[in-house]
Amino acid sequence: MTDGAVSPTTSGAPTMVQLLDADGVRHEHPEHHADLEPDELLGLLRDLVLLRRFDSEAEALQRTGELGLWVGTRGQEASQIGAARAVRDQDHLFPTYRDHGATLTREVDPLHILSIYRGIDHGGWDPVAHGVHPYTLVIAAQLLPAVGYAMGVQRDGAMGTGDPARDTAVLAYLGDGATSQGEASEALGWAAVYNAPVVFFCQNNQWAISEPVERQARVPLHRRAEGHGMPGVMVDGNDVLAVLSVVRSALDRARAGGGPTFVEAWTYRMGAHTTSDDPTRYRDAVEVEQWREKDPVERLRTYLRAEGVLDDDFEEQLAAESEALAERIRAGVRGMTDPDPVGMFDHAYAEPHAQVEEERDAFLAAWAQHEQDLEQSPAGGGR
Amino acid sequence: MERAGIQRMALGKAVNAGLRAAMERDPRVLLMGEDIGKLGGVFRVTDGLQKDFGEDRVLDTPLAEAGIVGTALGMSLRGYRPVCEIQFNGFVYPAFNQIVTQLAKMRARTRGRLTVPVVIRMPSGGGIGSVEHHSESPEVLFAHTAGLRVVAPSSAHDAYWMIQQAIACADPVLFLEPERRYWEKGDVDVDLAPGEVAPLHRARVLRTGTDATLVAYGPTVRLALDAAAAAAEDGSDLEVVDLRSISPLDVDTVAESVRRTGRLVVVHEAPTFHGPGAELAARIQERCFYSLEAPVQRVGGFHVPFPAARFEDHYLPDVDRVLDAVEAALAA
Repeated sequence: MTDGAVSPTTSGAPTMVQLLDADGVRHEHPEHHADLEPDELLGLLRDLVLLRRFDSEAEALQRTGELGLWVGTRGQEASQIGAARAVRDQDHLFPTYRDHGATLTREVDPLHILSIYRGIDHGGWDPVAHGVHPYTLVIAAQLLPAVGYAMGVQRDGAMGTGDPARDTAVLAYLGDGATSQGEASEALGWAAVYNAPVVFFCQNNQWAISEPVERQARVPLHRRAEGHGMPGVMVDGNDVLAVLSVVRSALDRARAGGGPTFVEAWTYRMGAHTTSDDPTRYRDAVEVEQWREKDPVERLRTYLRAEGVLDDDFEEQLAAESEALAERIRAGVRGMTDPDPVGMFDHAYAEPHAQVEEERDAFLAAWAQHEQDLEQSPAGGGR
Repeated sequence: MERAGIQRMALGKAVNAGLRAAMERDPRVLLMGEDIGKLGGVFRVTDGLQKDFGEDRVLDTPLAEAGIVGTALGMSLRGYRPVCEIQFNGFVYPAFNQIVTQLAKMRARTRGRLTVPVVIRMPSGGGIGSVEHHSESPEVLFAHTAGLRVVAPSSAHDAYWMIQQAIACADPVLFLEPERRYWEKGDVDVDLAPGEVAPLHRARVLRTGTDATLVAYGPTVRLALDAAAAAAEDGSDLEVVDLRSISPLDVDTVAESVRRTGRLVVVHEAPTFHGPGAELAARIQERCFYSLEAPVQRVGGFHVPFPAARFEDHYLPDVDRVLDAVEAALAA
């Protein structure tokens, strides 16, 4: 995958890169090896476990009314983490609204994700400092900006220099449903035409709310890449080692100036689309059970146990760390205060806008008057 | 009075000169669009720029408007200042999603952490006898979207300066070029110091008068001036205000004028229904209701799709329709 030629995995039968099968058994692959140190392997397990705990706690917070909505990650941990752990500090991520695993690996405070779903803001993190673009709720709309960002990288001379601290790539997340959007096709075409250093990481979790992937395409998603002029690679999305390896080589290729790659991660959304969804209306419990046996966390755990890398001490520490995270999230979300509503006027424009300023002043005056009326009303006493 | 810095040029050439000046000043200014390189754009607005600044700064893009705006946004995140050309006004809609859901909202979404200084230029309005989608005035769609700025130069001088101001602006700006005025020549004072250039969003009184205020922008400014000249022959003294900016609106300048004249007629090519004239009428009656001697009159396009070229003279405001409106205002 270095000469821009289409990878052999673009077509043909057993196309999926897999290094760790559902039973946690390690397999060799001619291109992908994921030779990781024990610390790195344990680091991946820690990421997966913490993400799962983060997700379950967030779901619980939604169920108790602390969050308005939650978009769950269960089942997709290996995809989200494996891809995100393949990036370098200088790289930039464009996640979807489900890719909390990606966001968390960039040292974003988990509360800055949860504030979105509590209705506090649209994402509290600094996208520049963390190298993570804000969540984009319009399906596929992050992809063209991701390509443009990569074109900016090219113009900055931060591609193909051979300096590992300088060469930069973009990792753009999307889902199976997003591949149907026109903008997704445009993004693939542009990336190829301009040889932009971007990797499209598509988590095919089989369902776009209630619509199966068969409703989105008549060919395997990764095969679309070839028509746009880039390699398409399919990887077992529940195998964190394979995802890490495939995305890492695709990012290396992009950074070196070899052009974009499309990666399809074959995974499954174990939970509902969001907490507002009811998947029992459209999919079979048997299917969910089949995927449960391919669980991304358990297979890594099994492998690391068998390898003697993982022991009880680490498990205990990780369990304690998970509970501490959950506790911090719980307290943090419950302690979130509503923002000052006048803030909505502050960032609509970078430079003054006469009508917005007028509306802001009128809003403040009306609000102050309202507060004063409350103070003076017989029931009074303000708040 | 002859000044050294005065250059006579067509409006389209003035945009070109303004783009060139901005690109010379700031290496992060890029141009993106369809056919803007070798061809110089279908209206030749970018003529010669790719030759002088290279293909990395003047990009002939794939034929995908969402792609132009979406990738421009991405490049702006990397510190670039992309100027997009949408080939014709009616071709902007494939980019509408990127403009409205991403470009307009990025700053608010991130509470000011990200700014996206992207300029989207497009020819606007009708009057060139063209086919469908080449003659529209979509400014209201963008003016109604918070986070965007919408400006419309009417003269070569403003075209030269306003495009540079739009590029320097930290917010996304829709820059509507009056396509039937591309070839109209005017004096451009290219030697102005920064403080001498009128602010981007300030309206300008082009002709003082006492009987009524005519407000126009972009392609209808010339029409308003012609109507005022015709009215003068009939003994009416009309003031003409070039709005220059649709979002934000310089209501102060218009209100100041209406307080003196007592009558307001707004002229634009965009449909009057929910149009800029409606917004201006509402704001003026809020500001100076008791100065108004007559209902505000609006002259604009009809609430029908822009018609085929042979009918466009019936659709577009002309001097007679403006004078009819002026007459109605004066009669009240």
